[in-house]
Amino acid sequence: MKELLHLPLDGSAHGLAIDNMLAAIHWLMLILFLGWGAFFIYTLIRFRKKKNPVANYAGVKSHLSSYLEIAVAVFEAVLLIGFAVPLWAKRVNEFPAEKDATIVRVVAEQYSWNIHYPGADGIFGRTSISLITDDNPLGLDRTDPNAKDDIATVNQMHVPVNKPVIVRLSSKDVIHSFGVPTMRVKQDAIPGQVIPLWFTPTLTTDQLVAEMAEQFQLKPEGTSPKLFEYIALKDFIAKDSTVVLKKGDVFSQDVVKSLLDAGVTQVLAAPNVTTEIACAQLCGLGHYRMRGYLSVDTKEAYDAWMADQVSQLPQDPVAAVK
Amino acid sequence: MEGNHSHDHDLGFWRKYIFSQDHKVIGIQYGFTSLLFLLFGFGLMIVMRWQLAYPGQPIPFIGTWFGEDRAPEGIMLPEFYNQLGAMHGTIMVFLGVVPLAVGAFGNYIVPLQIGAPDMAFPKLNMSSYWVYFVGGVTMLASFLMPGGAANSGWTSYPPLSVIATTGQTFWLIGMVFLITSSLLGSVNFIVTIIQLRAKGLTFMRLPFFVWAQFVTSFLLLLAFPPLEAAGVLQLMDRLAGSSFFMPSGLVVTGQALNVSGGGSPLLWQHLFWFLAHPEVYVLILPAMGIVGEIIANNTRKPLWGYKSMVYAVIFLGFMSFIVWAHHMFMTGMGTIISTFFQTTTMIISIPSIVILTALFISLWGGSIRFTTPMLFALAFLPMFGIGGLTGLPLGLSATDIPLHDTYYVIGHFHYVVAPGTIFALFAGIYYWFPKMTGRKMNEVLGRIHFFGSLVCMNAIFMPMFIVGLAGVSRRLWDGGAQYAHAQPVLHWNEFMSMGAWTLGIFQIPFIMNIFWSIWKGKKVEENHWEATTLEWAAPSPPPHGNFLTTPEVYRAPYEYSVPGHKKDFIPQNQPMEA
Repeated sequence: MKELLHLPLDGSAHGLAIDNMLAAIHWLMLILFLGWGAFFIYTLIRFRKKKNPVANYAGVKSHLSSYLEIAVAVFEAVLLIGFAVPLWAKRVNEFPAEKDATIVRVVAEQYSWNIHYPGADGIFGRTSISLITDDNPLGLDRTDPNAKDDIATVNQMHVPVNKPVIVRLSSKDVIHSFGVPTMRVKQDAIPGQVIPLWFTPTLTTDQLVAEMAEQFQLKPEGTSPKLFEYIALKDFIAKDSTVVLKKGDVFSQDVVKSLLDAGVTQVLAAPNVTTEIACAQLCGLGHYRMRGYLSVDTKEAYDAWMADQVSQLPQDPVAAVK
Repeated sequence: MEGNHSHDHDLGFWRKYIFSQDHKVIGIQYGFTSLLFLLFGFGLMIVMRWQLAYPGQPIPFIGTWFGEDRAPEGIMLPEFYNQLGAMHGTIMVFLGVVPLAVGAFGNYIVPLQIGAPDMAFPKLNMSSYWVYFVGGVTMLASFLMPGGAANSGWTSYPPLSVIATTGQTFWLIGMVFLITSSLLGSVNFIVTIIQLRAKGLTFMRLPFFVWAQFVTSFLLLLAFPPLEAAGVLQLMDRLAGSSFFMPSGLVVTGQALNVSGGGSPLLWQHLFWFLAHPEVYVLILPAMGIVGEIIANNTRKPLWGYKSMVYAVIFLGFMSFIVWAHHMFMTGMGTIISTFFQTTTMIISIPSIVILTALFISLWGGSIRFTTPMLFALAFLPMFGIGGLTGLPLGLSATDIPLHDTYYVIGHFHYVVAPGTIFALFAGIYYWFPKMTGRKMNEVLGRIHFFGSLVCMNAIFMPMFIVGLAGVSRRLWDGGAQYAHAQPVLHWNEFMSMGAWTLGIFQIPFIMNIFWSIWKGKKVEENHWEATTLEWAAPSPPPHGNFLTTPEVYRAPYEYSVPGHKKDFIPQNQPMEA
């Protein structure tokens, strides 16, 4: 059943439990629907006017339907008590210890995600709405000692793999919703409130990409698989032995023709972005393009990224405020 | 009231057809107005589906009609898309389905089924229609405002709705009118059903449709006032500088917003869903009532488990008031509150299953006639079934995480309302048309309408589950084209749009059928379907005052195929000895 549902790839520790529960519910739905459907169609055929000119006043005498209703109620109770409530409690009550987690502030705005890391000191610097500018969308006060090492990015969230992530979510303007399909998390970002959410990524983005790799048979434009932006997973060499597409190159529909011209008919590729932060709550005219990227890195890659961010920090905090 | 029909002929054209106090004229006014709104709301979707299927491509034929600020060179702007989305939802629910189910069918059929000469308060009834009409015109007028119509979704969540363009003000004013209209109507129904039942028509002899309308009226009466209050509060936030729903410290496009602050955006959601969940049952109960009537009539046997259905409807009504926050699982809800709402949500599924099961079992042992109303009523069962079942993963908070605000939700509630409720309403139109006009609608056109609509509805809404399971958000201007995770399912957008456009084509035989049948339809006698309930004892169409002789009731509503009786139906008003 889980395969039939074609859920997005799951790269989180808790996702499997949700997926299994979804599968169980869809089994229940399928069984009930097919059962009812079979009864329905059989009844319509057997009791059509031509076949059964005189109706039976009393109809069904048995209490089978009551047992069926009780069975459904019991199944729902099991789903509720056995799965839904514990799973939810784990999401909203059993947060990991802060010292063991990557802690990130996410501040949503029309139409982007502001990502805020506390830096080496582990303390988020002061922010103020009066300091908000185009270059400082968080309104971070760089004169605050705690803010000096803070890292702020837009739409680019990096986290290390296999370490819980706690996101402190809020919004500057309207209600947004922080949805990451591959991490099985979704939480409304509500202005005036800071709401925490957490998840533990178990696969790096590269591993997810590898899982989504597909062998594409290239055809002239329009008939190829729906190419979005794909990453080539190995080198593709034309007949004249020039490299048309290098491993790691990003390509889309418009290069298909040049690949075909070069004699390449098959590519091994994966979607360019797998871990997307998708706004799930209507937030205005740009809601459709409020997309962020969550990159789950190996610890080494994450540290390297963070070091790079630190190296770009403004040296003169006072100048940065201006 | 009995005496009303004696001076029937005194009334001029305006009092007889426009500002009428006759429940039947008002019912037909509601019927035509709401059908026009349904068509209009569907039209909005027809246009939206172009943008979803072919994002950013100019809309053919009519694209240039919308003007530069909505669709420059025929290409729909995201802000226009959001207007169409918000207004599609609002119009279909508040101006289409509810007025058709309650205003039209309730008004026309309930007094007839209980053997009353009219509603208890005819003037209230008339004002209810005209207040609705003003609300509808206000909603339509909002399209002409600077910035266009409301564009914050049919749910109008603040702060987005508070900072939105003028159309939102019109939306709120329109809603206040619509809610007022519903309140006037619901009081009238409750009093009418309690006070004006014919002699002998006890509560347990009421047709199931009347029970459904009775419970629906209580839902309207009790659930709508919080939204009316909330609507006024939001209006104040927009116009008077209050901040009921606006928190402090808002920054919009880099500028601190000049509001007093201190309000809560979540307060609106609670007030909205406190209405809007019972509203779901306002949409579905009359539909179940219509289906019950038609199934009893076309199986030629009593409804199976009539009593359990009545108790289930009452229980549904009560429960519908304490499930609202299952729409809000993603707002940061703790375990205790979410457990409460998940539990009530699972509990409310049981009476729905009881009613649906009773309707299924009613078919067993029947002598089933596949008339057009029966086809629609039968299709309602599995279609509503799909809608109900797909509510399960949404009603449990853990599985709601991946599905919340995706196309799965859209598929779920459209199965409930479109091939569910709207099919039942079609069934009702075909079934009661002979009563309203004395003529029958064409069966061939009816069948074309039915089979075409059934296939198209599924072609539109079934893929939504696939798209939703893939994690694609709703309300996206480009249907998800931006997102990598949407790519594997993106091709369904075109398929669904084709389904929607074809569905439009299959409504043409229905529209033709209505107008053709009004004047040219086959004339039929007053009890064309050989039915048992009281409305069939009145002439077709019933005169002012309804019945030629005051009816009296001697038996249960569905005495079909009673053993030892030579006809296969005994009308409720036929004396016992006969």
